[in-house]
Amino acid sequence: MRTQRRYLVELLTALGLIAAPFILPHLGFAPNTVNRILVWGLFGIGFDILFGYTGLLSFGQSAFYGTGGFVAAYLLTRAGFPNVFLALIIGMIAAAVVGYLVGLIALRRTGIYFAMITVAIAEVFYFVEFNPLADFTGGENGLPGVPTPSFNLGFTTLHFTTGWSLYQFLAVCYFVGIVIALRVVRSPVGMIMSAIRENPLRAQAVGHNVHGYKLTAFVIAAAYAGFAGGLLGVLQAFMPPDAFLFETSGQLVMQTAIGGIGTLFGPLLGAAVWLFLQDFLQSALGLGAAWKLVLGTVFVLLVTFLRRGIIGGLKDLYVLATGGRRSAEKDDAASLSDFDGAPGSVAPMAPHKREGDRAGGPILQARGLTKRYGGLLANSDIDFTVNHGELRGVIGPNGAGKSTFFKMLTCEVAPTAGTILFEGRDITGKSVTDACQLGLTKSYQVNQLFTQLTVRENLTVAVLADLRGKFKLDLFRDPDSIPGLREQVEHTMQLVRLAGRPDTKVSNLAYGEKRRLEIGLALATSPSLLLLDEPLAGMSPQERVETVKLLKSVAQGRTMIVIDHDMDALFELVGRVTVLQEGRVLVEGTPDEIKANPAVQEAYLGGVLE
Amino acid sequence: MVNWANFISQVFNGLALGALLALISSGLTIIYGTLGVLNLAHGAMFMLGGYAGYVAFGYTGSFVLAVIAGSLFVALVGIGMERLIIRHFYDRPHEDQLLVTFGLGIVFVEFVRLAFGSQSQIVPPPPLLAGITSLGFMFYPTYRLAVVGIIAVALGALFIVLYRTRIGMIVRAGIEDSTMVDALGINVYRVFMIVFGIGAMAAGFAGIVNAPVVSLTPGIGDDILVQTFVVVVIGGVGSFPGAILGGLIAGEIISITSMFNPGYAYVMLFAAMTLVLVLRPYGLLGTRGRE
Repeated sequence: MRTQRRYLVELLTALGLIAAPFILPHLGFAPNTVNRILVWGLFGIGFDILFGYTGLLSFGQSAFYGTGGFVAAYLLTRAGFPNVFLALIIGMIAAAVVGYLVGLIALRRTGIYFAMITVAIAEVFYFVEFNPLADFTGGENGLPGVPTPSFNLGFTTLHFTTGWSLYQFLAVCYFVGIVIALRVVRSPVGMIMSAIRENPLRAQAVGHNVHGYKLTAFVIAAAYAGFAGGLLGVLQAFMPPDAFLFETSGQLVMQTAIGGIGTLFGPLLGAAVWLFLQDFLQSALGLGAAWKLVLGTVFVLLVTFLRRGIIGGLKDLYVLATGGRRSAEKDDAASLSDFDGAPGSVAPMAPHKREGDRAGGPILQARGLTKRYGGLLANSDIDFTVNHGELRGVIGPNGAGKSTFFKMLTCEVAPTAGTILFEGRDITGKSVTDACQLGLTKSYQVNQLFTQLTVRENLTVAVLADLRGKFKLDLFRDPDSIPGLREQVEHTMQLVRLAGRPDTKVSNLAYGEKRRLEIGLALATSPSLLLLDEPLAGMSPQERVETVKLLKSVAQGRTMIVIDHDMDALFELVGRVTVLQEGRVLVEGTPDEIKANPAVQEAYLGGVLE
Repeated sequence: MVNWANFISQVFNGLALGALLALISSGLTIIYGTLGVLNLAHGAMFMLGGYAGYVAFGYTGSFVLAVIAGSLFVALVGIGMERLIIRHFYDRPHEDQLLVTFGLGIVFVEFVRLAFGSQSQIVPPPPLLAGITSLGFMFYPTYRLAVVGIIAVALGALFIVLYRTRIGMIVRAGIEDSTMVDALGINVYRVFMIVFGIGAMAAGFAGIVNAPVVSLTPGIGDDILVQTFVVVVIGGVGSFPGAILGGLIAGEIISITSMFNPGYAYVMLFAAMTLVLVLRPYGLLGTRGRE
C-alpha cells in the first residue's frame, strides 16, 4: 500500500501546478498574484520544516529571504553575472551559510528565547542592509533591473519573462522544492525532527544529537528562504529592501499558520488566502488600508479556534466523515487478539556488540558520587558497582536520592564530585546522548514519549539512534532501506506487546500501554545496561505481574538496574538490592538479607525503638 | 575627536531610553514570569498608551490627566485581552501563544492606523517641563531629564508593588511556581489577570510619557518590542532587576553607538546580546529553568 501511494502527493502537486493557469484566472487570480503565491509558498516550505516539523518558531526568516535575494540580485545587476539560475543558487548557498552562523547563536536557547533572538537577529540584518552595506544593496532604493531567466538548450532558447511565462519557471522551482522537502520529512532526519518537536529531552536521551538536527532544520529553512528571496527579485525585476522587514517574517508565520503547520503545503494555501483576501478586501470591498485589520482579526480567530489551520481543519473533517470509525474498530480487534498471546513469549533482542564490550567483571562502577543542589545534598559519596549480566534493584524511602542517582548514571545531570566508569570507560561529564550511544540508557519515572507520533514512529526514532549513530545527514534516504530497522521496531513492539496498535497515536494509548512503550523506547536502543526508574508505578496488579514477566525476559543477556517501590515485585525480580537512604548507600545484599536487615526496616518504618 | 558635551548628552539620552526600556521590559518579564506567556503585543501596548494619552490630552489639555488616562486605558485593554483570549491559551503550546499575541498586536496597530492615520501625532510636554535646562557645561531638553525621573518613580512604584505588598508577594511566588500558588488556595487566575493588567500598564505608561520626546506613529511599538526582547535576553527572563539592568545597558549601547554611526546601533546591541548568550546563557541576572 505504501509503495503504491508513495508518489501520489508529488503527482497531485504536478497536476495542480499544470492545471493552475487554466483554472485560477476564472477565480479572479491575476498571473502576477499566482507567481507571488508560489514564491511565498516556496519560502514557507523551509519555514514549515523548521516550525511545523521541528517545532522551532522563528520570527526572523526575513534575514535569509533578504540575504538570498540581495546576493542574487547583486550578482545579476551590479556584478554583471549572466546566469540567472546560477545566481539564485549562489544566493541560496549564501543564505544557508548565514543561517548556519545565526543558528549557532539562536539555537543556544529554546522556546520563547529562541523566538526573541530570531526577531532581534532579523532586525540587525535590516539595519545592516540599510546602512553599512548600502553601497552593495542600494540602501532604501533596493536593486532595480533584476533580469528574468533564460535557458539555452542548443537548438532553442527558453525565455521566461513575466506573467504566465514566468509562472512556468516558478512552478518548476516550487515543484522541485516540494519534492525535496517531501523526501526530507520522510527521511530518518525528518522523523527525528518530529521527535524533537514532540519531546527534545527524550530525543536526546535515546541518543540523537538534537542540537545538530535543529541546526540542520535551521539551515534548510534558510536555504529555502534564500532561494525564494532570489525569486522575489526576478519576479519583480527589482529587489526591494522590505524583504528584510520584520513584517515579512510575520507575514510568513501568519500565512503558514492560516494554511496549516506541519503540512508543507500550508504556506502555499495560506499565501493564496492572504493575497486573495488582500486584493479582494482592498479593491472589491473598497476597504483600503483596513484590509490588514480584517486579516489580523481573521488570524487571531483562526489561531484560537482552528489551531491546525485550514489543511488541519479539512483533515479533521475528512477523518470525522470517513476513516475515524473504521480504523478505530480495526485497532481494537487487533489489540484484543494481542492480549491473548502469552506475555514474554517473544525472545528479546540481544544488545548490539559495541567496542569495548566485555563478558565478565563490572559493567558500571561509580566512585564517590555526590550531587549537591545548593544547600541540599541529594547524593553523598555513593560507591556502586554492577557486574555484567546482573539484575540489581535500588530501593529507598521517598527523597532518598534514587532518581538523582539514576540521572547521574545516565549523564542527565553532572555529579558535583565522583566518577562513573561504564565498561571501564570514564563517562563522567559526558552527555546523555553519548551515554546512550555507548549502550547505557534508562526508562523514565514519568513517561517521556513522543505523544503526537504513533507507536511505530516512537520506536523507530529510538532504533534510528541505535542504527545510525547520534548524527547523520541522510536527508534523502528512505528509512525502509536501513537494514534491520523494520525488524528491530517490529521486534520491540512485540516484546512490549504493542504490536496490535502500531499506528495508534501515543496520546490515544491507555496508561498501561504508555508505560510499556516507555520501557520499549529504552529497549529499542538495544542498551547493554538498562536503567528502569519505577517501571511499575501506577500499574494495576495484573499489569504489574505482566510487566515483571516482561522485565525478566528482557534481562536475558543484558544488565539491568531497577528502582521501584513495589518490594514484592522487585525482590522477585532482582538478584541483589542496594538500599539508599538520605543520599547514601545504607546497605547492599540479596533480597533475603535486605528483608532481614534491621537498618532497612528502620529506614522504612521510621525509628523503631527497642 | 569625541566632542565631550555631545558625548554626555548621548549618555543622558541613553539613560532616558534605558529607563524607558527598563520599564517596558519589566512589564513584559513579569507577565512572562507569572503567566508563562510571551506577549508579542507588548509593543502595541506601548503604542496604545501613547495614543490613548494623545486623545485624553486633546480633550483635557492636561498632561497629567493624559498620563493617568493613557495608562489606565492600557491596563483595561490588557485585562480585557487576558479575560477574552489569553486565558484560553495557558494550556496550549508556547508557539500558539506567540501566534495569537502576534496577531493581536497587528490588530491593535492596524486599528489605530485606521482611526488616526499613518501620519505622526504630537503630544507637547507639560509647560512646566518644556524648554531646555542648563547643566553648567551644556544645555539639555528639560523634559528628557524629567523622563528619567518620572520613569524612575514608576519603577520604584512597581518595585514597591512587587516586593512590599501582598499581591506582589503572590506575583513573585507565581513567577517561581504558579501551580503551587494555585494549590495554596489563591485564585491564581485572578492574579494572572491583575499581572497582565499591571504589565500592560507599565508599557502604556511608558508610551504616553515617551510621547512628547518622539512623535506618535502606529508602528512606534514595533522597534520598541525588538529592543525589549534584547533587554530581556540580556537581563534574564522573569527577573525584575534583570530587566532594569538590561534596559540601562541597551539604552546606553544604542545611544552611544548612534553618536558614531546610527546604522551600527542594532549591530552593537546584537553583539552585546550574543556575548551574554555565550557567557551567561540565562541572562545576567536570570536563573536556570525559567523557560
